[in-house]
Amino acid sequence: MWPALSVLLLTTLLGVGQGLFFAVYCVQVLERFALRAGPQDARFYPLAAALALAFLAAGLAASFFHLGRPERAWRAAAMWRTSWLAREVIALPAFMGCVALYGLAHWLGWRAHEVLPGVDVTLALGAAATLLCFALFVCTGMIYACLKFLPEWHTPLTVLNYALFGCASGLMLATAYAAFLEPGLVRYLAGWTAGFTLVALLSRGAALVRNARLKRRSTLQTAIGVKHPRIRQTAQGFMGGSFNTREFFHGRSDAAVRSVKWAFLLLVFPAPLALLAAGLATPSAGLLAAAFVVQYLGLLAERWFFFAQADHPQNLYYQRIS
Amino acid sequence: MTQLALVIDLNVCVGCHACVTSCKEWNTSGAAGVLSDDNPYGRDPTGTFFNRVQTFEVGEYPNTQTVHFPKSCLHCEDPPCVPVCPTGASYKRAADGIVLVDYDKCIGCKYCAWACPYGVRELDAHEKVMKKCTLCVDRIYDELLPAADRRPACVMACPTNARLFGDVHDPASEVSQAIRERAGYALMPEWGTSPANHYLPRRRAEVKVRAEDLARVDNPLKVDGKLPRPRPDEPALDDVTSW
Amino acid sequence: MSADEIKTTTCYMCACRCGIRVHLRDGAVRYIDGNPAHPLNQGVICAKGAAGIMKQYSPARLTRPLRRKPGAARGEGAFDEIGWDEAYRILAERLARIRATDPKKFALFTGRDQMQALTGLFARQFGTPNYAAHGGFCSVNMATGMIYTIGGSFWEFGGPDLDRARLFVMLGTAEDHHSNPLKIAISKFKRAGGKFVSVNPVRTGYSAIADEWVPIRPGTDGALLLALVHEILALGLYDREFLVRYTNAGQLVNVDEASDRWGLLVRLPEVDEVNPQYPQNHAWWDRHTDRPVPTHAQGADPFLLGAFRMADGTPVKPAFQLLEERVARYTPEWAEGVTGIPAATIRRLAHEMGITARDQRLELPIPWTDCWGKEHESVTGNPVAFHAMRGLAAHSNGFHTVRALAILMTLLGTIDRPGGFRHKAPFPRAIPPTAKPPSGPHAVQPDTPLGALALGWPGAPEELFVDDAGAPVRIDKGFSWEYPLSAHGLMHNVVTNAWRGDPYRLDTLMIFMANMAWNSTMNTMEVRRMLNDRDETGEYRIPFLVVCDAFQSETTAFADLVLPDTTYLERHDVMSILDRPISEFDGPTDSVRVPVVPPTGECRPFQEVLIELAGRLKLPAFTRPDGTRKFRDYPDFVVNFETEPGSGIGFLSGWRGKGGEQFMRGEPNPRQWEMYARNGCVYHHELPLSYQYMRNWNRGYMEWAQRARIRRFAEPILCHVYSEVLQRFRLAARGKWPGRRPPAHLAARVDTHFDPLPFYCEPLETQVTDTHKYPLAAITQRPMAMYHSWDSQNAWLRQIHAHNYLVVNPRAARAAGIADDDWIWVESQWGRVRCMARLSEAVEPGTVWTWNAIGKAPGAWTLAPDANEARLGFLLNHLITEELPAPEGRTISNSDPVTGQAGWYDVRVRIYKAAAEEPAETAPRVAAVGPLPGVERVRRAWQAFVAGKPL
Ligand SMILES: Nc1nc2c(c(=O)[nH]1)N[C@H]1C(S)=C(S)[C@@H](COP(=O)(O)OP(=O)(O)OC[C@H]3O[C@@H](n4cnc5c(=O)[nH]c(N)nc54)[C@H](O)[C@@H]3O)O[C@H]1N2
Ligand SMILES: Nc1nc2c(c(=O)[nH]1)N[C@H]1C(S)=C(S)[C@@H](COP(=O)(O)OP(=O)(O)OC[C@H]3O[C@@H](n4cnc5c(=O)[nH]c(N)nc54)[C@H](O)[C@@H]3O)O[C@H]1N2
Ligand code: SF4
Ligand code: SF4
Ligand code: SF4
Ligand code: SF4
Ligand code: SF4
Ligand SMILES: [Mo]
Repeated sequence: MWPALSVLLLTTLLGVGQGLFFAVYCVQVLERFALRAGPQDARFYPLAAALALAFLAAGLAASFFHLGRPERAWRAAAMWRTSWLAREVIALPAFMGCVALYGLAHWLGWRAHEVLPGVDVTLALGAAATLLCFALFVCTGMIYACLKFLPEWHTPLTVLNYALFGCASGLMLATAYAAFLEPGLVRYLAGWTAGFTLVALLSRGAALVRNARLKRRSTLQTAIGVKHPRIRQTAQGFMGGSFNTREFFHGRSDAAVRSVKWAFLLLVFPAPLALLAAGLATPSAGLLAAAFVVQYLGLLAERWFFFAQADHPQNLYYQRIS
Repeated sequence: MTQLALVIDLNVCVGCHACVTSCKEWNTSGAAGVLSDDNPYGRDPTGTFFNRVQTFEVGEYPNTQTVHFPKSCLHCEDPPCVPVCPTGASYKRAADGIVLVDYDKCIGCKYCAWACPYGVRELDAHEKVMKKCTLCVDRIYDELLPAADRRPACVMACPTNARLFGDVHDPASEVSQAIRERAGYALMPEWGTSPANHYLPRRRAEVKVRAEDLARVDNPLKVDGKLPRPRPDEPALDDVTSW
Repeated sequence: MSADEIKTTTCYMCACRCGIRVHLRDGAVRYIDGNPAHPLNQGVICAKGAAGIMKQYSPARLTRPLRRKPGAARGEGAFDEIGWDEAYRILAERLARIRATDPKKFALFTGRDQMQALTGLFARQFGTPNYAAHGGFCSVNMATGMIYTIGGSFWEFGGPDLDRARLFVMLGTAEDHHSNPLKIAISKFKRAGGKFVSVNPVRTGYSAIADEWVPIRPGTDGALLLALVHEILALGLYDREFLVRYTNAGQLVNVDEASDRWGLLVRLPEVDEVNPQYPQNHAWWDRHTDRPVPTHAQGADPFLLGAFRMADGTPVKPAFQLLEERVARYTPEWAEGVTGIPAATIRRLAHEMGITARDQRLELPIPWTDCWGKEHESVTGNPVAFHAMRGLAAHSNGFHTVRALAILMTLLGTIDRPGGFRHKAPFPRAIPPTAKPPSGPHAVQPDTPLGALALGWPGAPEELFVDDAGAPVRIDKGFSWEYPLSAHGLMHNVVTNAWRGDPYRLDTLMIFMANMAWNSTMNTMEVRRMLNDRDETGEYRIPFLVVCDAFQSETTAFADLVLPDTTYLERHDVMSILDRPISEFDGPTDSVRVPVVPPTGECRPFQEVLIELAGRLKLPAFTRPDGTRKFRDYPDFVVNFETEPGSGIGFLSGWRGKGGEQFMRGEPNPRQWEMYARNGCVYHHELPLSYQYMRNWNRGYMEWAQRARIRRFAEPILCHVYSEVLQRFRLAARGKWPGRRPPAHLAARVDTHFDPLPFYCEPLETQVTDTHKYPLAAITQRPMAMYHSWDSQNAWLRQIHAHNYLVVNPRAARAAGIADDDWIWVESQWGRVRCMARLSEAVEPGTVWTWNAIGKAPGAWTLAPDANEARLGFLLNHLITEELPAPEGRTISNSDPVTGQAGWYDVRVRIYKAAAEEPAETAPRVAAVGPLPGVERVRRAWQAFVAGKPL
């Protein structure tokens, strides 16, 4: 598949926003149940929410670049019964709304019980947002995972990876964020970051192993319905390219795809973890921020590879010109 | 229930591309809007087409088959492109089974194209909406056209009549009969999409010559005195036996 | 979406001439589909036809007459716009001067046009012999080889009856002129269960759906066909009855090599020869009475084999005996070595043909009477049909290959019979046809029409167009001893000959609808140089070049004067019965075009240009006795022109007579155009059933054809298994002919190639090639979705073929270390071209091929200079030579020595990888030419059509 920049940005930015929110909300939950000390700075939650929103909004903005007719984007919610894309289109603004309210509630200091007696409004909003956050992970992941023709994507690991990468990168950002605003939380968040990153490594590794062993169900034989071991296309019917040759091919050499794989394996896992460790040891907020940036770039590479690796069965029909 | 479809006879398709340009021609200024072309006179010309003819080679020299293979939307009975569409722009008509895109609703997200294993949907680069074969809905029901013309443009064009059009659910239709009698098959059956369009395979006609056909009493060589006749002095049974 | 208006006319996206319906909206073309009521295409259309809109609105359209800028070089493309008045003035002045001095200094050559009736008439009236259309470089071997054998040919003159055939063998055909009808027919044939065999080095297009593909080495079909004949004769699988009555197989030939009549058919002086041009007093050796008798004598039956002595002691043999002797050496084993086809396959094919012909005989209950008065209760047929085209024709040994094919078809008894080959009016014609070229320089006189038709069918040395020394009179040396039967001229040598001044220099060369500076010339780079070359005095070697085209082709840049033609949707046109009509098997058919949209810019139909010039030059046929012009315009000409005053024969055969009540012959009908237009622009005359078959020997048909003035004579047309016509030239070469003799340096060539029986020899180019160095044969094919060079300006068609590859069998590629998509050099002994390789299992390993004419010069056709056609596409013509070395330091055209057919497919090449540092683009490249004045300058980044209007 063609790794469109808009989609790479969209999925990674949303992930960061979701993960960041999730990290911050976890902090609040732990604080609420007195498992850990909360942040000292009152701005911690609302600013984090704003930051998460900024990422989500950027992701949303990127999504518009993916649409041919963005002005009609509002129509996209219509088929929520059948379409994961429609569901995402519902889940994303709902989640963003919740995060916004969550931040607002924190900003306005609605944590106390003045607004709704007996209820911590922020906690409740956060809970709703968390639900939506994971719904969104599922929707985004399922957009890809539900396509049975793309075996590289058609696995629960796709959803899991989206969620894990979102959490890991969000936590990474949360760690760096905390380093600036709430140093007391850094170690704790860093631990979770490392944990999620390692789990993500396992899960992504599993996907890589799985994909390396995939047997393709569609072949030239099934594509044209001729039973013969040796079939080769000589002409795809046009020579200057078409939507089908642009949308479904990455256009790079196998070697390039392989190097991107190694690049993301390096940039998403060991490199940021090393920076994380260094940032903790120094301690340096700058290094922690660098860890996030490096991992984010790695995630872009990961997403690029995710698309590039997916070999759509339609490609059987678009092999050669003459 | 009706399921309209094309049945394409690979046994006679010569790969002439008539169906390709006649489809483009009919549809580009048809009811649904233009099919644009980029770099029409420049480098790498490219454009939107609903139907393409491809060529495959099967086997090795000299046992090679060249297969011309026209392909447009197969109007799947269980079309995976439809449920994924977030806007409902992609839909399958209950009445006749045609899978269509409502260009006014489409947001150009390309998701349906990802969900189609056959590579037959094309996003128009300038209209920015998803397009594909409509089975010429704007011809086949047009009462202003003479009845004989209420057929898809590509079907009318095809010089070898390799493109049959009709209701594959009606067992008496020409297309159903062809599928039955000629072992019509669907593409990529492994996905359960049940394409309505079918393909008819190659078949090979042979002339059978039996040895006795080569030596017949009415051989004109007899008349012309040229049927190989041994000279009388060549050895014969007569020379070695006596009674 | 429906149209405001639907008009019928005739397509001209190729020479097939299908009937179309043009759907208009707001006066613009919106949709073009096939006309279901048209006999030719029955409603279907092809890829090109359906892309006609993009031709009509192509930015490459020329729209103004142009004159080369003073001082600008040819090929540069620097022009001034001029008006038509000025263009006519320049032309009329120049042509009048030439006509008054030496008319042959004006040459008119036309490419893929369909109006030879008019162009030929114009040239003849002008008085120049230097006129021809594309036929000489196209398929004249096919036309001549068959017409000299069976009185008709494939191509536009006849074809396979696939409605009834059971076995269909197609040789060397990729697309052909009869594009849509052939596709319709093959499909029906296959659906009816017939077996389709394709003999072709390449398996694409039609061959793709063949039940059996027989890959063959290019240029060797003669060997295959002769081996098939060998096998058919050896097994007695020929149709004896047919051979006896309808061919010259039983006729006696003088085999006394010492005699002056050696190799001629025996004539019985006591028998009436009936027609001195086509004598009827030949002899059989009767089996029953064992003596010579007049052919077709009551109760007689000839020996087909044997050797006899006439009363005067002359040794004679039946023609069939000579054929048998000839093919004795052409065994399937021998042919295997030449063609690469296993002997067993050749045998099997022969058996399949012979047995299908014999055992699947069909009989139609159609009574008819033959020319000798015998009544037949039915028409019978042997259902084996053949079709062949340029794969046989475009080799310099093609004439005899085609003759071998015609003889095979004859042996199987398939001529003008159901399920076999069938003629189309005006064929069959006499062998050879009656039309003759002029016989000497006296035919060319100032201010006088040419003494005879410029093109014809010589039947003896006296009918060659040479001077007393035996030297050619035509600029292309057609009908000379070099190419005696060059029925369609040799357009491919015109530029070279004129440049060299051999046989003389021209003044004005007018080119209509031919891209002579690119794809329709051999040796393209040299020819471009010649077009731009000057002599010692600074004068161009070809002083004045007029190009009439509809588009900015590569050739327009070389013109001194460019005349912008209309498109086929903008003009009146006639597919005349005097030219090559679209006749059907069942009767004569002709058709017209009528304008459906107004001309673009200042475009004018070339027809109108000719009528105007003919008027200004006062050419007799176009002028009244009082000196005023006879015809208002082309439509007026078509209606009122008669071949001779009162002949009743004109360009169109339908709706003649005052009220349109007559056909074939009749007075001019002022409403003829209207009547054609009302009938879908076509007139189809169906013959009575009993005149539809066996027409070579069908008395009813002959009498009808004579009355309709399709034929001058009504003598039967026996198939020439043995060609006495060829023998006459051979006798001249041997010094035995009483009349003209070839010049000494050509005697051996004529002696060899004017063999009355077909023989196999390697193509001439192969004979002068080191085939170890150049082991591969390189050929082209026509893609179904492109017409020669002229569709690259078509935005839809060029998406299908934007550039081309050299297609190579993986074995040959491996041997040369070449992989798919590699940039490679293809080199012949004449030049080399850089291109990309495409590996394919569907090509004979000794052959490489590419699509014809896809590569373009940068900027031509107003494509961007970096368009794929100019960057990645290539032209094989750079590798092909127009001349071959001949003994004594002479050169001779790279053409068939009998007919002058260009040997396009004879070139031998080798291939090797281009160096890594070489640019990934084709070579040679020529300088880019910008858009000519009057063509659209706007570069459209994208475009689309709404209701027929470009968006
Ligand atoms: N679409 C389209 N149609 C056209 C044209 C066009 O440009 N485009 N051009 C028109 C014109 S002008 C013409 S003359 C006709 C020509 O019509 P065709 O004769 O069909 O044209 P070619 O493409 O020259 O086909 C030659 C075929 O012969 C094969 N061949 C080459 N050498 C040999 C050989 O030695 N033996 C055998 N058995 N086969 C051989 C080639 O592989 C090829 O398949 O087409 C006409 N129709
Ligand atoms: N290598 C190789 N070369 C070949 C062949 C081959 O097989 N291989 N085939 C040969 C054969 S058979 C042929 S017939 C020739 C064909 O060669 P050409 O006769 O030169 O045919 P085209 O390339 O089609 O060029 C015809 C010209 O007609 C112009 N034209 C198109 N429509 C109109 C119109 O309506 N009016 C006017 N005035 N002009 C118009 C086009 O713009 C173009 O410039 O090529 C020959 N060249
Ligand atoms: S028009 Fe018919 S024969 Fe031609 S490519 Fe299409 S299906 Fe095949
Ligand atoms: S072929 Fe593709 S686009 Fe057409 S209905 Fe099936 S899945 Fe949808
Ligand atoms: S591109 Fe259009 S039709 Fe396709 S899924 Fe998106 S909205 Fe639906
Ligand atoms: S049915 Fe109509 S839209 Fe579909 S391929 Fe044929 S012409 Fe095109
Ligand atoms: S075969 Fe030739 S004449 Fe017929 S529709 Fe095609 S381009 Fe037109
Ligand atoms: Mo031709």
